[in-house]
Amino acid sequence: MFPTPIARARPSVRTIYMFGLPVSLFIWLIPLLAVMLTSIRSAGDIAAGNYWGWPQGIFLVENYMAVFQNSPIAAFILNSFKVTIPTVIGAVALSCLTGFALGVYRFKANLLIFFMFVAGNFVPFQILMVPVRDLTLKMGMYDTVTGLVLFHIAFQTGFCTLFMRNFIRALPKALIEAARVEGVSELRIFWFIVLPLMRPAIAALAVLIFTFIWNDYFWATVLVQGEHAMPVTAGLYSLNGQWIASWHLVSAGSIVAALPPVAMFFLLQRHFIAGLTLGAVK
Amino acid sequence: MADSIAGKSYWHQNQRRIAPWIFLAPGVFMFAVYVIIPIFQSMEISLYDWDGIGEKTFIGIENYIELLDDEAFYTSLINNLLWLLFYMLAVPAGLFMSLFLNQTVFGIRLVKSLFFFPFVISQVVVGLVFAWFYDPTFGLLALIFKTFGFQPLAVLADERYVTYGIIFAGLWPQTAYCMILYLTGLNAVDPEQIEAGRLDGAKGWRMLWHVVLPQLRPATFIAVVVTVIGALRSFDLVSIMTDGGPYGSSRVLAYYMYEQALSEYGFRMGYGAAIAVVLFVIMMVYISGFLWSMYRQEREGR
Amino acid sequence: MKRKLTAVLAGAMLGCLSAASAQSGEIVLNSDTSDPAPKAAMQALIDGFQKAHPDVTVKWNNFDHEGYKTSIRNFLTAEPPDVAAWYAGNRMAPFVEAGLFEDVTSVWENNNLDETLKSAAASMTIDGKKWGVPYTYYQWGIYYRQDIFDELGLEVPKTWEELKAVCAKLKENDITPFTIGTKTLWPTGGWFDYMNLRTNGYEFHMDLTAGKVPYNDPRVVEVFRLWAELVEPGYYIDNHAAYDWQEAVPFFVRGAAAMYLMGNFAVDVMKNAGLKEDQLGFMQFPAITPGIPMAEDAPTDTLHIPSNAPNKADAKKFLAYLARAEVQTEMNRILGQLPVNSQSERPDDKFLAQGFEMLSNAYALAQFYDRDAPAAMAKAGMEGFQEFMVKPKNIDRILKRLEKVRARVYK
Repeated sequence: MFPTPIARARPSVRTIYMFGLPVSLFIWLIPLLAVMLTSIRSAGDIAAGNYWGWPQGIFLVENYMAVFQNSPIAAFILNSFKVTIPTVIGAVALSCLTGFALGVYRFKANLLIFFMFVAGNFVPFQILMVPVRDLTLKMGMYDTVTGLVLFHIAFQTGFCTLFMRNFIRALPKALIEAARVEGVSELRIFWFIVLPLMRPAIAALAVLIFTFIWNDYFWATVLVQGEHAMPVTAGLYSLNGQWIASWHLVSAGSIVAALPPVAMFFLLQRHFIAGLTLGAVK
Repeated sequence: MADSIAGKSYWHQNQRRIAPWIFLAPGVFMFAVYVIIPIFQSMEISLYDWDGIGEKTFIGIENYIELLDDEAFYTSLINNLLWLLFYMLAVPAGLFMSLFLNQTVFGIRLVKSLFFFPFVISQVVVGLVFAWFYDPTFGLLALIFKTFGFQPLAVLADERYVTYGIIFAGLWPQTAYCMILYLTGLNAVDPEQIEAGRLDGAKGWRMLWHVVLPQLRPATFIAVVVTVIGALRSFDLVSIMTDGGPYGSSRVLAYYMYEQALSEYGFRMGYGAAIAVVLFVIMMVYISGFLWSMYRQEREGR
Repeated sequence: MKRKLTAVLAGAMLGCLSAASAQSGEIVLNSDTSDPAPKAAMQALIDGFQKAHPDVTVKWNNFDHEGYKTSIRNFLTAEPPDVAAWYAGNRMAPFVEAGLFEDVTSVWENNNLDETLKSAAASMTIDGKKWGVPYTYYQWGIYYRQDIFDELGLEVPKTWEELKAVCAKLKENDITPFTIGTKTLWPTGGWFDYMNLRTNGYEFHMDLTAGKVPYNDPRVVEVFRLWAELVEPGYYIDNHAAYDWQEAVPFFVRGAAAMYLMGNFAVDVMKNAGLKEDQLGFMQFPAITPGIPMAEDAPTDTLHIPSNAPNKADAKKFLAYLARAEVQTEMNRILGQLPVNSQSERPDDKFLAQGFEMLSNAYALAQFYDRDAPAAMAKAGMEGFQEFMVKPKNIDRILKRLEKVRARVYK
């Protein structure tokens, strides 16, 4: 193990480490702690410029109630779910198919198509912006959840295919070969043999895509305008314009907006990290 | 399967050739419509003068010629270089953080997840938090400056510091990302080699440089790739924290493109598309490098 | 139940055509009234209209104020509502020229609006036709701390020299003369407008925003030379590029700054932040070039009918209703602004009374830099003003840049 386990170190080093760990964690999380603290401050604290001192009182319920009552944030969050969940399902489903095709079969265009997905996944959003916006307008889906979902599904298919294909490649080929000898059809091989083995990959991708899409801001501003379809990231930014200098509300709103992916992360941490670090190990 | 050999349908004979295309069709179709084709459409639009409502007028490479004489374009380009350079700090920072955390003390799992936390949060939230951090009257930074008797610095209102201020905010989640990549990498480091290194008397830095880092190469590779892509894609933080200001000094190409093509004062689709093409070309350098290295791996893998 | 399900299904199928399929008897209204007072005023307008026309239902989409400026371009082409909020003057010209706004001259003629809305008629006219109905406007000017002025024995300045003297005196007493927040650029537009209107007059302002005068014209250079007399001695608060206009208010409230060039909507924010009415005064921006007639900025908010609106007949009823005297009285009571209809009652408010008198005697009314100049020019212009306010030395470079933008935008 590297670095040397702290248990083997000198006692003085050990003490420093045990002390340094929480301190560094505290410093690292100051921005978040500040937001949490601010979200329970009173408007009076904010007006008096008491941003960093001890709060006058705890206004947790009041502030969070105010956020939900005075703003459409509940609708924004609902929109975020409406965008995120279908995207996760769509992108994972499509990439199970493409990943299977590219991971199992050998044909001439295989690598070319695979590289197309990989390269597309890395392009700057701006090169897609004008045509995608146009396409969405023409299909009558501008400013709708559906329009946003379709784009997200298509774009995320790139990353998901990269992931799924590499995962399927690492599966034992013998199973598939055996099934083929038995005369099992290709569709049934996919459905009954490979798909069950892909469960961990599906879980990892689902969590990861959920976070990516939930946190998307750019496409939400490009493809959606009104409150009826706006996800919470873009919504939060527009609320920031209305809550100028009401930092207790901005903070409370930020926390509300960040909660679903954070909860997702803590509940499904193993899958999340497995997805994120794909390829970090040979 | 019950079919007699003679009666085997076309499908049964050829299914291994046809099946991949059936599996690929929906994904490739969606990806082509929403990603591949738009790239070429953008290139075409960049040759037009178009306000998004009226008729398009073909103007050849005039948009690109205008770019060459556009101060804001150069500002964005230089800022993108700064982003590339300084955003890269996330890689060593992430490495050192992972070395710091790669221990087995009580509660370390929770500590690791808490360190990773910033990456899970939306950049909108990160941007709002840091903008407030930098507030010259009430922000924490101003408070620290005042405590030490200095005049507070208006980071986001000063053209000299604004880009660094935004990059710093971006480093927070990006470092967490690199950290998790390295933590996973460290998990897979071969303990025997470490022990062998120890027997050879390698310690600390030497061990890190000669034994550990070579084994972490895949992690480093991914960390560099995602950081470069992240630096060139930087849009959210600029939009949230400064809107490109003060007087356009924190613009990056991604933001300038959006500003020209879609913002309140913009709607120059052709000009915006030209900026996007430039950004795309820069990005393509890195993407090609990535693909090339993948290609080599694939060939070795066979 | 079954019928309801069918209706839902039909609705879902028609989802993408929803705006186009609005049946007669329903109008869709898109507005940018996201702040509390404008929202309440719009709600009152809709409620009142429903009462007067029970056969028409109004479906209201309320947009974020800033976001609306980009979304209007999209929905006018993609799924036009029946009525849309926008602004008067050059700001509506692109939509009129692109054929996206409906000619509503008939509404004006049938309801005698040329008489009742006379003051705004010119700003609603392009090519001799009317393109919308105005319902509210407000004055711009310098709000100042009456108590601070009294304490230091300062008089309201009437001329440029007097203004500079007031500034110098305030500065001596460690009070910054002007607060301003330039993070969202438009407050700089107010400053440029007034410096320009007072130095060169209304006609020059209109010529400049119409692109007929180059930005390196000596008359423009003169505006910045004078403006620098306020910028260079530090008569504006530090770090103004870090603040929104609301965030600049506390400096004024705390007495760290004594004057604020703003629109009348700022009074509400100032009072909410703790200023009493008698601590607050309003003055017309002082004269600069002697003998130049005083014109003012007075932005007008309006409603329009998109030319692709599905239900124009009812939309016209809505605009006619909006033009009524009593309707504008009620809306502006809620808004705390001035009604356009000359027969409406003005809200009882000392600042509005002062503003109304100033605007009634004004030589002419300008809309605002970013409403009179085309969007791309306005953006570059106000960015330049902001840079000038931070780095006055850069003015030559700034003007050169603006001239380049002008040559492109108005070609």
